[in-house]
Amino acid sequence: MATGLKLKELSKKEDLFTHGHRMCSGCGAPIVVKMILLATDYPVVASNATGCLEVSSCIAEYTAWKIPWIHTAFENAAATISGVETMYRSLKKRGKMDKDIKFISFGGDGGTYDIGLQSLSGAMERGHDMIYVCYDNGAYMNTGIQRSSATPLGADTTTCPAGIAIPGKIRPRKNLTKIMAAHNIPYVAQASPSNWMDLMKKVRKAHEITGPKFINILSPCNRGWRSKTNDAISLSKIGVNTCYWPLYEIENGVTKITFKPKEKKPVVDFLKPQGRFKHLFAPENEWLLTKMQEEVDTEWEKLLKEEQCV
Amino acid sequence: MKQKGWKDLAPGSVILEGGNAVNFKTGSWRAFRPVWIEENCIQCLFCWIYCPDMAVKVKDSKRNEFDYDFCKGCGICALECPGKKGKKAIEMIEEGK
Repeated sequence: MATGLKLKELSKKEDLFTHGHRMCSGCGAPIVVKMILLATDYPVVASNATGCLEVSSCIAEYTAWKIPWIHTAFENAAATISGVETMYRSLKKRGKMDKDIKFISFGGDGGTYDIGLQSLSGAMERGHDMIYVCYDNGAYMNTGIQRSSATPLGADTTTCPAGIAIPGKIRPRKNLTKIMAAHNIPYVAQASPSNWMDLMKKVRKAHEITGPKFINILSPCNRGWRSKTNDAISLSKIGVNTCYWPLYEIENGVTKITFKPKEKKPVVDFLKPQGRFKHLFAPENEWLLTKMQEEVDTEWEKLLKEEQCV
Repeated sequence: MKQKGWKDLAPGSVILEGGNAVNFKTGSWRAFRPVWIEENCIQCLFCWIYCPDMAVKVKDSKRNEFDYDFCKGCGICALECPGKKGKKAIEMIEEGK
């Protein structure tokens, strides 16, 4: 029987992702993984693209995972789990297995937006029954904060350093959630750990749908975002309230915004606590702030219209 | 924490048991220590759900002490704690003080 989505009930469940992992203090990714595994009531097999989560959850002779977990290269997390899923279907067909098993693939934004995009696109197109979870921290944090296509406009990273030549990243981020929705898969969602109930509901819903599913989750990184160690949750909350990271789902082509902030905050509130945007508050970079606000507004308007369309 | 020598490792450094990271203590990373003040706690369990290190012990849906063997002292719990009547149930104090 499914556990209710109440913290008191969930707290009785066993942690399938244990302490003793070596993620940084205050990292968002373990919170995301913990919430996903808590929301899952089925036996689950996971694959993990190379990235922070993979390298620091399984170092030398220790592993933090209590589920079958496959470490894959950067580019093939989705391909690996789709192979496992095919094997499972074959075993089931031949009557060698009768368990109901779910398949999840974890990837960071580097392993999803950039390097793993082809295998992810392939797996989604082939229609494997799996969930791909991208924890998006907005750069290659594991190797030392290099820009990725998920890095927001104006962010300072080691490969697009803010200085005299450029004011940080000069290209806007890619909207991967929409790219995945364009695959016409049954379920695509965007979530944030600050809204844990919303996140868990989306995971639950995804498990009940047959076919490929994709969930994109904001995962603050205090090292790369140059913020404090204690603000993973508060920053993701501001990200949601400024509509920088809108919470929505697209189920069979129907868009539904799952959380609308009572009062839409200016995007500056999200940028201010982060050192990677410090230079944007210099007078000569003010145009970037305006541009960023415009972009967030346009995306939000678009989303509201999409919701009304159906 | 004492590290294992090569003689203690399984052949090929194979991991024989899932979730054995519980034997690797990360508490020494901590610069600030969270302190739980029981009388201000409303048992909302936000600290438990938001803890990235699963370092809040919960027994029978009730919050227990912190697991200082694993807490890395990030302070998320203290920031997110709603407390009772404006008084937080978790405070961060500097280690060694």
